[in-house]
Order: sequence, then C-alpha cells, then structure tokens
Amino acid sequence: MEVTLNGDPCTIEQNITIAILISTLDLEGKFAIEINQHIIPRSEYPHTPIKPDDNIEIVQAIGGG
Amino acid sequence: MTSTDTISIAGTDYSSRLLVGTGKYKDLDETKSAIETSGAQIVTIAIRRSNIGQNKDEPNLLEVISPDKYTILPNTAGCYDVESAVRTCRLARELLDGHDLVKLEVLGDKKTLFPDVPQTLEAAKQLIDDNFKVMVYTSDDPIMAKRFEEMGCVAVMPLAAPIGSGLGIRNPYNIRTIVENANVPILVDAGVGTASDAAIAMELGCDGVLMNTAIAEAKNPVLMASAMKKAIESGREAYLAGRMPRRAYASASSPIDGHFL
Repeated sequence: MEVTLNGDPCTIEQNITIAILISTLDLEGKFAIEINQHIIPRSEYPHTPIKPDDNIEIVQAIGGG
Repeated sequence: MTSTDTISIAGTDYSSRLLVGTGKYKDLDETKSAIETSGAQIVTIAIRRSNIGQNKDEPNLLEVISPDKYTILPNTAGCYDVESAVRTCRLARELLDGHDLVKLEVLGDKKTLFPDVPQTLEAAKQLIDDNFKVMVYTSDDPIMAKRFEEMGCVAVMPLAAPIGSGLGIRNPYNIRTIVENANVPILVDAGVGTASDAAIAMELGCDGVLMNTAIAEAKNPVLMASAMKKAIESGREAYLAGRMPRRAYASASSPIDGHFL
C-alpha cells in the first residue's frame, strides 16, 4: 500500500504496525513518530496499524542552535 | 566565583551560565570537544526528519551529547508558524521521554531570522497550556520580554544581533532595561561573535548567554569554547563586583599627599 514517509511516497506491506515498519527501516538511536500529525507514543508502536495514505513522519535530534 | 552563584532555570540550578548549540560543527567529535570545553550544562538540539536508509553508521547526536550528562534543550529553529513550532516541541518531548524544557523560536523571515513576536506569543501560550517549560527567543523589546515573563515563560532570551551574524551586543541599553525589569532569567540568545561580546552581555547583568555560531564557526572552535567559558565567568564576576563609575576626566591612582618633589 502507498503511504507518505518523511515527505516521500513509499510503498509498504499491507496490514503492518508501526513497530513492524520500524524494524524494516534500520533506524539508529532515538526517534519520535507522528502519523497524520498525531504523535504516537513509543508504547503504542506494536498496537498502531498503518493505513493506506497515512502521512508518517519519523524525526530525530540533530545539531542545531 | 563562589559555588553558590548559580542560574536557576525551571527549578534546576546550573553552575554554568553558558548555553551552547550543536549546529555547524565539522563533525560530532568536534561538537563533543567544543561542548565539553565550554563547560555548558544546557545544550540545544534541533529536531529533523530521520534520513531513512542513509547515514545509519553515523553516531547519533544524543549518543555524543548524552541526556544523562547534559540538559538537552530542543529548539524550534526553522519554524515560521505557530503550528510547526508547537508540533516540533511535542515531537521533542516524545523523543526525549517526556522532557518538557524547550527553546521556542518562531521566525519571521529567512533573511534576518528575526522573531515573529505575535506568533511567538501564541506558540508560547499553547506550549505553556500543554505543560511545557518555555525558554523563549524574542526581540530586544523590554515590553515584549515582560509579556513573555508574565505569561509564564521560564526564561526570556532576547537577541543581541541577528542569529549567526556575530555582530555583538547591538543595543546594550535595551538589554539592560530587560534585565532590570525581569523576575525570570534573561539570556542573550544570538548575535555574540567573540569573547568580549559574551563578557559585555554578562556585565549588563544577563543571567546567561546562549550561542552556537560564535564557537562553531571560529577557526578553532574548541579554543573559542574555552575563551567563551572564561568570558562568561569574567563578565559575571565584573557584574557582581560592580564597575567603577565612568568619568569625563582623569582621576589619579596614586595619592597626592606626601608628594616629595
């Protein structure tokens, strides 16, 4: 199914949770996730399904002033 | 400097009055060395999209600047509207396991990076209502500084000159007025170019200085971090000591009595 991941169109498997998506992405360190502008608490990753056309943002800390 | 001369922000006491950013460094090794040398205890970070599938071998900033060792201050740099600034803070709170101290900036335009003060006020209100502790970047306007204090910001951080400009303390009279009126910490945020600028901010009575570019863009950032640490301490001591009055004419240092010629 099609979703938007960090601003880019992306095809992912159907009927997966955020936890499964994350496991396929090789993310390092701490991050936070928003779906359709709602923050998903880390504890909810295994219970939050991704739906078609979801807008997923994954962010992390980088250098800044 | 006595060990009791601390700056208290949102209920936590800090011995260092120098706050530093983590942007613009050559690499994370240089970031780490400069920040350790600066003695800073509060360190700003930015929140950005993860590079998915790229750079995954690079160390993560929070592994180098550990939240166990430093108070991490997420900022909203790059936000030009209320909504993106508030969203950034909420993402930062989730990212940092409930950490609620943030640096709010809502910018007006890309050329000057001056704050959009009406939008900053609205964002501050929403964040305070959502239980954030807000350190706010704003203009050097004493009336606005007081407004931010009255609405519940835990620190007010006027600019001394545009972000990244290194032009120094452009309006010391406004900064002094803001300090005189304040009941929350006032920190100069932005504009410092070299050590004497930081000392001037502290001599004016500021509680601290937040800087990034002045250290990161120095030819030797680690050495400049050391200079800034000393400048902040010197400026603070000079402020506490109370400077001599300025006079239009000379005043001899040696006594006149007993002059034998």
